[in-house]
Amino acid sequence: MDLFEYQGKELFERYDIPLIEREVVSSASEARAAAEKLGPVAVKVQVQIGGRGKGGGIVLAKTPDEAGQAAKRMFDEGFKDMPVTRVLLEKLVDIEHELYMAITLDRTEKRYVAMTSSEGGIDIEEVADTKPEAIRKAAIDPLLGLKHFHVNRLVGGFPQQAREGAAELLANLYNLLVATDATLVEVNPLAILAGGRVVPLDAKVTIDDNALFRHPDLAEYQKEFTLDPTEARAKEKGLQYVKLEGEVGIIGNGAGLVMSTLDVVAQAGGSAANFLDVGGGASADLMATSLEVILSDPAVRSVLVNIFGGITRCDLVAQGILEALERIEATVPIVVRLDGTNAEEGRKILADAGHARIVPAATMLEAAKKAVDLGKGA
Amino acid sequence: MAILLDGDTKVLVQGITGKEGAFHTLRNRSYGTNVVAGVTPGKGGQDVEGIPVFDSVKEAADATGAEASLTFVPARFAADAILEAADAGLGLIVCITEGIPVLDMARVYNYLRGKDHVLVGPNCPGLISPGKANLGIIPFEICAEGNVGLVSRSGTLTYQIVNELTQRGIGQSTCVGIGGDPIIGTGFVDVLARFQEDPETEAIVLIGEIGGSDEETAAEFISRNVTKPVVAYVAGFTAPPGKRMGHAGAIITGSKGTARAKAEAFEAVGVRVGKNPTEVAELVQATVS
Repeated sequence: MDLFEYQGKELFERYDIPLIEREVVSSASEARAAAEKLGPVAVKVQVQIGGRGKGGGIVLAKTPDEAGQAAKRMFDEGFKDMPVTRVLLEKLVDIEHELYMAITLDRTEKRYVAMTSSEGGIDIEEVADTKPEAIRKAAIDPLLGLKHFHVNRLVGGFPQQAREGAAELLANLYNLLVATDATLVEVNPLAILAGGRVVPLDAKVTIDDNALFRHPDLAEYQKEFTLDPTEARAKEKGLQYVKLEGEVGIIGNGAGLVMSTLDVVAQAGGSAANFLDVGGGASADLMATSLEVILSDPAVRSVLVNIFGGITRCDLVAQGILEALERIEATVPIVVRLDGTNAEEGRKILADAGHARIVPAATMLEAAKKAVDLGKGA
Repeated sequence: MAILLDGDTKVLVQGITGKEGAFHTLRNRSYGTNVVAGVTPGKGGQDVEGIPVFDSVKEAADATGAEASLTFVPARFAADAILEAADAGLGLIVCITEGIPVLDMARVYNYLRGKDHVLVGPNCPGLISPGKANLGIIPFEICAEGNVGLVSRSGTLTYQIVNELTQRGIGQSTCVGIGGDPIIGTGFVDVLARFQEDPETEAIVLIGEIGGSDEETAAEFISRNVTKPVVAYVAGFTAPPGKRMGHAGAIITGSKGTARAKAEAFEAVGVRVGKNPTEVAELVQATVS
C-alpha cells in the first residue's frame, strides 16, 4: 500500500529522520489556524498519486488567508478526480539545493537497491537520461544490510556540507525500510537548507501488503485511504477488484486468466468495466458477492464469467451465480464459461436452472464475443 | 526425461496435515508422484493415509531419503519452511504458498544464491511432468504426456493454455508454474535452459504477464541460448498503467514492463507471440506438426 505523504513523514519521525515543522489538517479552517502558527507555508494536497507539483497540488501561501483558501479549493475540488480528505501544511524554508534519495526492493536484482542523485526535485528518470553521472546506485544484500562503504559511495556525490547529514539520513531510511516491511522509500526532493541541514521535503513510502499481519499499527493507515465505493465493497469481501473504463463486467479466477480475459474482450471489440479475481477455491458465497459487486456498477452492459477450475470447483461457481440472482435482479446478460474441475456439473446446474439472463459459452473466445455483442445490444 | 521431476523423485510435503496439503498430497500420489513423507511440527508419528508424518524436514529426509519438498505452509511461516528444507539438503523445493512477505523472500533468495537448491515459487501452482509425477496443484486431468515444455508466471492461465494444447493432441514434457510474486526462486531463464538441455522437449511455450522485466530477459536468453522453437503469450495488454492487477508482481511502471514491450522483445528475437490462449495453441500446433 502507498502511504500518504503525511503518513510517510510520521514514520520518518519515528526513525529519527529530521523534518520541517508541519501540520496535517482536514478542513480549511484548520488549515488557516495551522498557518497562523507556522507562518508562510507550502499547502500540499494528500493523494496517493504523483504529479502534485505540476497539477496544482502544492500551493505556496504567505498568509493564513491564502493557506485557508488553497486548502478549501483542494477539499472542494479534489485532485485529478480523487477526493481529498487531508492537506499537509509545511513551514516555508530557504532551499540551497535539491537532492534525491531512494531505496527500493528490486525484483530484477532481488536485493535492495539504494539510489541517490545530486540533482533532485524533478523527475528522476529525466535526470537518468540527461545527466546520468549525477546518479549513484548500490545493491544491498538484505542478509548483509547497509554498510559504511555503501553509504560513502551513495552520498559521495553530494556537496561536502551535506554528506554527514545525508549519510545519517540514509542509514535511518534503511532502518525504516527493513523494520516496516517497506518495498519503497523515496525522498524527492531531499533539500539542503541554508546552513547545510539536510531534510526531506517529500516522503513516498510503499508498505508490502503481505507483511501487514506483523504491523497492525501500519494497517490502520488504510482507514484513511479513499476508494471508489465499488472497490471499497469488494475489498471488504476480500476480492481483488479494480475499476476500469469499459462496459463488460469481468469475473475470473486467477490474475493471469483475468488479465487475459480483459485482452480477449478488447480483441472482440469491447472493453472491460473492471478486473475482478475471485481467487483460488472460490466458494458459492464469494461468487455470489462478486456478481453483486459487478452488477452494482451502472456502467456494466453485460457480464462475462470466465472460470478455469483447478482448486476452484465449477459446480460451486454455478451455485454462486444462481444464489446471486436470487438476491438481486440482473438487468444485463451474464455470459458464463466454465472449464476444468467439475465443469460439466457446473454447466448442468446452470442449464437446469434455465435462468433467462444466463448465456452459456463453450470457449473463452466465444464467451468474450457473446459478452461484447450482447452488451452492445442491451 | 522431462525436467526437475519424474516418477522416481522422492517427495516430502511440508504442511501435509492442513486441508490443502492433505488434499493435494493424496491427489499427487494417486497420479504417481512418489510421496514418501510429510512434515508438520508437533504431529510427528501420525500418518496421512499411510504417509508417515515427521516433526521436522531433517527427520523426514533422514528416515525416507526424500529429495524434494512441496510446501503448503502458511505465509507467515513459509520462508522458514523453505530454509528448513534447504538446511536438510533437499535439492528441489516447490512452494505453493501465496502472500509471503517479499522481504522474507528476498532473504531466502539471497541465502540460496549460489547454492545447489532449486526453489520453484512461491505463489505458484508447482510443476507437473505428465504421465510421471505432479508436484503441486496443476489439475493433471488436463495434461497429456508429450514433447512441449511449458513455463508460466500464472496459474489458471497456464491451465487454460495446457488444456488448449491437450485438446489439440499436443502433450507436455513438463509444465512449470514459476509464480507471480516479485521475488521467486526459479525464473524463466532457469527453466528455458533446462528445456533446451532436455532431449524430450521439442518446443517451448512461455507464458508471461505485465510487470518487471523477466520476459525481456528471457527473450535475450532465447536469442543466445535456445535453439528449440518457442511460442510466447503475454497477458495484460489492456491493463491500465499503474493499476494493480492482483499479482504483486504484475505492476506496470511507465512504459517498461508493459505487455506490448514484452511482446515486441519476443518478436524481435524470432519468438512467435499468440494474441490469445487459443492462438498460442495454434502456433504450437503449426510448430510441432
